[in-house]
Amino acid sequence: MSDPIALTEATPAAAAGPVDGTGRHPLRAVVLAGGLTFEREVSLSSGTQVVQELERAGLDAELRDADADLLPGLAAAPADAVFIALHGATGEDGALRAVLDLAGVPYVGSPAAACRLAWDKPAAKSVVRSVGLTTPDWVALPHSTFRELGAGAVLDLMVARLGLPLMVKPATGGSALGVQKVSRVEDLPAAMVSCFAYGDTVLVERFVEGVELALSVIDLGDGPEALPAVEIEPQSGVFDYAARYTPGMTEYHSPARVAPEVADRAAALAVQVHTALGLADLSRTDAIVSDDGTVHFLEVNVSPGLTETSMFPMAVEAAGYELGDVLARLLARRAGTTR
Amino acid sequence: MPRHPRLDPLADRYAARTHGMKTSEIRALFSVVSRPEVISLAGGMPAVTALPLDVVGSMIGDLVSGLGAQTLQYGSGQGYPQLRERICDVMALEGITDASASEVVVTVGSQQGLDLVTRVFCDPGDVILAEGPSYVGALGVFQASEARVRHVPMDDDGLIPEALEEALLDCRANGDRVKFLYTVPNFHNPAGVTLSEERRVALMDIAERYDLLIVEDNPYGLLGFEKGPMRALRARDSQRVIYLGSFSKTFSPGLRVGWVLAPLAVREKLVLASEAQVLCPPSLTQYAVARYLDTQPWREQIKLFAELYRDRRDATLESLDALMPEGTTWTRPEGGFYVWLKLPHGLDAKLMQPRAVNAHVAYVPGIGFYADGAGREYMRLSYCYPEPDQIREGVRRLARVIEAELDLHSTFDTVDTGSFRAVGRGPRVPDVETIVAPATSERYEDGA
Repeated sequence: MSDPIALTEATPAAAAGPVDGTGRHPLRAVVLAGGLTFEREVSLSSGTQVVQELERAGLDAELRDADADLLPGLAAAPADAVFIALHGATGEDGALRAVLDLAGVPYVGSPAAACRLAWDKPAAKSVVRSVGLTTPDWVALPHSTFRELGAGAVLDLMVARLGLPLMVKPATGGSALGVQKVSRVEDLPAAMVSCFAYGDTVLVERFVEGVELALSVIDLGDGPEALPAVEIEPQSGVFDYAARYTPGMTEYHSPARVAPEVADRAAALAVQVHTALGLADLSRTDAIVSDDGTVHFLEVNVSPGLTETSMFPMAVEAAGYELGDVLARLLARRAGTTR
Repeated sequence: MPRHPRLDPLADRYAARTHGMKTSEIRALFSVVSRPEVISLAGGMPAVTALPLDVVGSMIGDLVSGLGAQTLQYGSGQGYPQLRERICDVMALEGITDASASEVVVTVGSQQGLDLVTRVFCDPGDVILAEGPSYVGALGVFQASEARVRHVPMDDDGLIPEALEEALLDCRANGDRVKFLYTVPNFHNPAGVTLSEERRVALMDIAERYDLLIVEDNPYGLLGFEKGPMRALRARDSQRVIYLGSFSKTFSPGLRVGWVLAPLAVREKLVLASEAQVLCPPSLTQYAVARYLDTQPWREQIKLFAELYRDRRDATLESLDALMPEGTTWTRPEGGFYVWLKLPHGLDAKLMQPRAVNAHVAYVPGIGFYADGAGREYMRLSYCYPEPDQIREGVRRLARVIEAELDLHSTFDTVDTGSFRAVGRGPRVPDVETIVAPATSERYEDGA
């Protein structure tokens, strides 16, 4: 990072902590990871990585689960700011952030209301489309609609309107869990059944063939900045859970191997998404570039993966930054500030 | 060092057999199980807290302070001789009275024993017959050896002899080299059933007629709830049966002490193979088991374990009887750790798993216990670890999950209008790019 800042500004919490060799107090971060969702394992990997990076940057960082001990723990030993490395519900749907707001605990990342919007993929797509950006056509429906109106009739309409192939995914959640590509109409009912095991609403989206991009955005105080796009090339052709978290199963190229004007459009889209949804500090938009160069928004993550195989750290590296430095700066910005 | 585009600079150098080793979605779902909110009926973890932990602790302390020169040193590749003597006493409880310590090889759990036996006997492409379903850890060993598994069906009385004979004839006709039958005759993992006496006789007869080698894996045999141990297959034929034993369920899985009882010629190869793998089994834990058997009332402890597991089995079966929706069936184990449950028609335990984890209850989907992708409608429930109250609540949650899944199926299974002409009831295995890992890459904590 070319713009070093003091990571040791005095804050109420830091004032209570030990004094380092320079006579100043290192900032104290609590990194939240784990949780009670399908993405617990990924979150623990992200959290461990964040703690290491923050410590490397000179901060005092502690890993904690989001459980019944959290609030008493934060009350007994206040943090200058909390870093939320929780993936899935609670961490990403705004609920935990709303509680931190109630408790007056500062945290890195987007505010609760924005998270609620981003977490709900159909709602986020609506907002993104409303500001003039491109996203594949979709429909999102709960199980009750199929039950009440008859699944056959509703599925018929979906196929007639959206065509095939279709992407069937849970309306909330990440890490590609429950996501399926359906190419044959007769496979659609079974795909719906398995997707509804993840949640009560299914998002069915027109499939777009193209180059997959992960578009990371950070805001260090001067407004949202798009980092270089990371192009995803899974060996199997499908960027599924195994392809995401098994080193060697996917090739990542950053900067992406796309034309400069496409890269610019992708960067602009990521910043527009970040702004339109009211996100803060960091986000990662997943997009796809079709053959005609159009960049299609798929979804946005308010708590992007920070594991060793995650795309956000790759983008940070491609931009010439140190991950620990970026995370420390985000934390320092939020230290002592409640919302 | 610049980042490799695949994040793994060695990605192109791995052996072909490691290609199935990848992060699994199921494993991710299981990571939630460690949280106390989730009731796990998944892992086969023995209730080790029922041991006199202070006594075991001071015993192991004494072994280090008093016998450190031996217990902290390398030992014999075949295993600590006094322990091998005592293992013969243990096996005598199941009718194996002719074993000598020289035929026993101590291993790092019986899992290593199975690995050694498979390495010694199997070349890539060889066929191993195994019950369907079969212990997931055994399937992993067979896969690593690149052997092919052919499953033989079971029912409430265990392996079906006629089906075994049919499989043998088929293999003969196909020119397949059948190296052995792998079987868990007592309180089977995962099926919970036990091979009946009549079938033991029939099985040994088939083995004789077809010159079949049997690998008898018997970790649960002493944990019967209703009656005394059954006579082991090895007690009926010392040359045709290789016996795998373990202290994981009768004492402690953390000590990793198991054994193989094999004819002398086989034993020699097993020792050499084991020395190549681990030099020798851990000295300290071997001494600990031997000292435990010498000085502690281990038979009474096994009885205590069995009573504890019986109470948990009872809680499981009573709850299942009271709560499970129509169309669900399950086995009624008379010992061991497991109930094998079959879901109502059309339901898939693996696809249902996210709903179960959301409801804070965990089980192991049946597909992990087959080498051929079968078993989707089954799940294994373990009652060994949770307390009876937790089991009742876990089964209550599971029943609600199954009911919700039935409701979902009732919506989608009847789809047959418009363009959905080909869809009848329950197209259970969608031909879509389902985001799941193959069963062969999934492992669950089981112990062996």
